[in-house]
Amino acid sequence: MATETREQFLHQDGRPGGSDLRDSFFTSRYEDALAWARKFAFFQYPFVTACCGMEYMSVTGPRFDTDRFGMTLPRFTPRQADLLLVVGTITHRQAPILRRVWEQMSDPKWVMSFGNCTNTGGPYNNYAVVQGIDSIVPVDIYIPGCPPRPEAVIDGLLKLQERIRRERSDRPVENIHGKQPALDFQAGEAGRLAPGQVKIHDV
Amino acid sequence: MVEESAQPSAPEDPLLQRLRDKFGEAVVSTHSYRGDRTAIIDRGSLVATCEWLRDDPQNQFDMLMDVTAVDYLGRRPRFEVVYHLYSIEKNHRARIKVALEEDDVKVASVVSVWSGANWLEREAWDLYGIQFDGHPELKRIYLYEEFEGHPLRKDYPKEKRQPLIGPGAPEGAADGGESSS
Repeated sequence: MATETREQFLHQDGRPGGSDLRDSFFTSRYEDALAWARKFAFFQYPFVTACCGMEYMSVTGPRFDTDRFGMTLPRFTPRQADLLLVVGTITHRQAPILRRVWEQMSDPKWVMSFGNCTNTGGPYNNYAVVQGIDSIVPVDIYIPGCPPRPEAVIDGLLKLQERIRRERSDRPVENIHGKQPALDFQAGEAGRLAPGQVKIHDV
Repeated sequence: MVEESAQPSAPEDPLLQRLRDKFGEAVVSTHSYRGDRTAIIDRGSLVATCEWLRDDPQNQFDMLMDVTAVDYLGRRPRFEVVYHLYSIEKNHRARIKVALEEDDVKVASVVSVWSGANWLEREAWDLYGIQFDGHPELKRIYLYEEFEGHPLRKDYPKEKRQPLIGPGAPEGAADGGESSS
């Protein structure tokens, strides 16, 4: 079998094309291709604790269908997931469990805070409820609502994807908070955040 | 609780009447309205009363539906422990209360009467700090062991936070293998 040489892919003037493979490849930067693949292939871990779980079922079900946007496979082990969905009220007693789930996820990983309770504690300003999970794990996207409309979740998902498109492993980019750098997902730096990144309190 | 006894006009509920006949002085006061009966029992007679309520053929309160407490801050006695009873056989209900002073928040456990009281009494201990004498394993059920105080007491500071991790957590708070290293 003859091997196609590089010259066959190119026009006489050097532009791509000119063979049967003309429509079979595209050129891109490695980082762009990686980010593109990442943002459309979320392996989600649903950490569902409360009534927002009903809305989560709705938004991932066939009517609203986050599968269209790449948020597809729920993995029921954090070791296989890269998107942590925190759905529902988190109590102080649950906080170490949530933190541990987040630490078990491999990089790169993102956290979606789903609903008012997760964002701020919601209506539960009392002895039991964590007043916003960003005191436990770094949050990439906050979805407001009690519970959020499916459209709000999809909007947040698209915003997160837009952010991931700009994320690079070797340089910080702006995130939704403004000028702060995005979460570092350097390999080998599991869970480690550089100064100035999303506020996190070490345990 | 005193005002509940000041209603002599209505005829006494038959069950409460039998309770009074049986235990006399141990029944501090009773109240009944359209089948909703309440008896306040002296602390020392609680277990004997409960056994009678469970075993007497006319009562047959075979189910303890709930154990909870009320904090009447500023009143003496400050606490009331409330037992909700139900008879599956007879389809009737009763409510038993025991009043407790603030400096001696102790009452006998009724786990020996209804084993379902085990977790209910742990809940009342966890959130109100009621000590149940004779409970097989009286420890917190909802909150974590490190939690200090009993949050449903009226003098528990509303703004007080006791997180295990995160801002405000005590230095080196144990949370079970947190470190990713």
